[in-house]
Amino acid sequence: MDKRSQNVSRRRFLARSASWMALGAAALALPQARAEEPKAPADPMRVPGTLPRPYGERSPFEKQTRLGGAGPGAPHGWGANAPNNFNSLTPLQDLHGIVTPSSLHFERHHNGVPLIDPARHRLLLHGLVERPMIFTVNDLERFPDVSRIAFVECSGNTWDGWRNDAGDFTVQDTHGLTSTSEWTGVKLSTLLEAAGARREATWMLAEGSDAAGLDRSVPLTDEVLQEAIVCYGQNGEALRPEQGYPLRLLLPGFEGNINVKWLRRLKLGGAPFMTRSETAKYTDLMPDGKAYQFSLVMEAKSVITDPSGQQQIHPGFHEIRGLAWSGRGCVTKVEVSMDSGRSWQLAQLQEPVLPKCHTRFRMPWRWNGQEAILQSRCVDETGYVQPTRQELVKVRGTNSTYHYNAIQSWKVERDGRIRNIYA
Amino acid sequence: MDEYGTSMRSFLRTGLGALTIALGCAWTVWSAEDSVGSYGLGRTPSEEEIRAWNIDVSSTGEGLPPGSGTVKQGAQIFAAKCAMCHGPTGTEGPKDKLVGGRDTLKSPKPVRTVGSYWPYAPTLYDYINRAMPFNAPGSLNSDEIYSVIGWLLFKNEIVPEDAVMDAKTLPLVKMPNRDGFIPDPRPDVP
Repeated sequence: MDKRSQNVSRRRFLARSASWMALGAAALALPQARAEEPKAPADPMRVPGTLPRPYGERSPFEKQTRLGGAGPGAPHGWGANAPNNFNSLTPLQDLHGIVTPSSLHFERHHNGVPLIDPARHRLLLHGLVERPMIFTVNDLERFPDVSRIAFVECSGNTWDGWRNDAGDFTVQDTHGLTSTSEWTGVKLSTLLEAAGARREATWMLAEGSDAAGLDRSVPLTDEVLQEAIVCYGQNGEALRPEQGYPLRLLLPGFEGNINVKWLRRLKLGGAPFMTRSETAKYTDLMPDGKAYQFSLVMEAKSVITDPSGQQQIHPGFHEIRGLAWSGRGCVTKVEVSMDSGRSWQLAQLQEPVLPKCHTRFRMPWRWNGQEAILQSRCVDETGYVQPTRQELVKVRGTNSTYHYNAIQSWKVERDGRIRNIYA
Repeated sequence: MDEYGTSMRSFLRTGLGALTIALGCAWTVWSAEDSVGSYGLGRTPSEEEIRAWNIDVSSTGEGLPPGSGTVKQGAQIFAAKCAMCHGPTGTEGPKDKLVGGRDTLKSPKPVRTVGSYWPYAPTLYDYINRAMPFNAPGSLNSDEIYSVIGWLLFKNEIVPEDAVMDAKTLPLVKMPNRDGFIPDPRPDVP
């Protein structure tokens, strides 16, 4: 994305925020306006720079932020909207590579981010085990550890797609509820071994110590036993509070909310516990009135992040860039179309291509100034092909709320402006 | 990872296999040095600790505590502590609608409430006890929670006005959408 398009997207973001701030948070707007203008010396070669500092910050010229969200149909933004926000979206259009900076990782919580003293935090492991165990955070850090780069995506990501009611949105608005981190912790199976999990233990309740006490039942499948991690690390440091400090469960490829944050308890049982989150909440309503339950895996999805909604381009060379990911394994192929899906070209995948992880794709493009509709579609290692919206809605209707993963369309207008459309 | 997964499979599912036996032997050796677990990390919680943490209530009512409540008491508690978010009759919002919505699940505007969508009554206890009221979670005692549940089920025309809710009666409540869920069939889009 060139500087101008960046400015356009930033202006739009600020304009949108401003309309909410105007409703009564003028005081908030002022410091932000000042922060827009960092003072740089005329020639940085003529002035000694700053000294080392204990904890780094990005350049004051970098302004990318998460965008507050309050659910389908609700306006995105901060300011006066902030009290209604229960999530925040990652600025995918501004990111490089595949790892999401921890400060920009999307958020979703069910009653705020708790402040937890790690010295007082405990994890209880009990139920169908030979030896119930209680662990301190320090205990868990002493177990053999494991790291893995994986995405976490909210099952509500791109939910506006079901009803066609995403407006003139940016990719942050449409797709910002997904992020990738390097996660570090102890394998769940190591803890289950330590506690002596019984043969009849087929499900596990995971419970958070937030004000929602969020609880979810995890099926103890081979996949889960091989891959689940009780995490304390994120991108080389402790988990961020928004991602579950000091402990969270990571179930690579599964919908965000089952990756229980602020983890306090694991209870093994012989059946799902049928919590509110897996009955009344995170279930997907179909046209016949029945709902998919334990729809845990995040199916393959891709999106072009550059150029994307609300950006401005000019005729000439552009590298089309985007992200693809699948909860079922590796992305094996991404194709890009400039003509609304009539023809497709193979995009290049940036190494490393990791299972259940954001994968960066790119394709060179020369825009000739004509209208175009840009799309990407991905295929994963199971052969699953990302569907069109038509194909998806034909099977699932428009009441599902969650797990929308259809192909995204960006229309390039004659004047170079990029708009979100449903093609 | 595969080799390890295989060992977990055999250990957890069948208990068979040489690797499992080897693990078992290793445990015996480690156990001699450490009181719990193969790494000697963590400790055994007391019965009281487990009791205090073990707050979940299953769909069959396992974990429901003593106490009881009536629809009448529930109406008062709801008005005082719930109506500000869910509306005076549980239908107005602004937050989740809790009453009504029957026969709307196939419509273009489905209304997912306790009466139209929730499949298990004991789940109401699990959820309210841990997460509600939103501004003061954990502040209701068991009598109050049973009462609010009674009122919600009455307003949804699931139990009569004189119903008494407790650990025995709640699991017997048959929710209208009990059979409204199917296991994830995906991939489902051809």
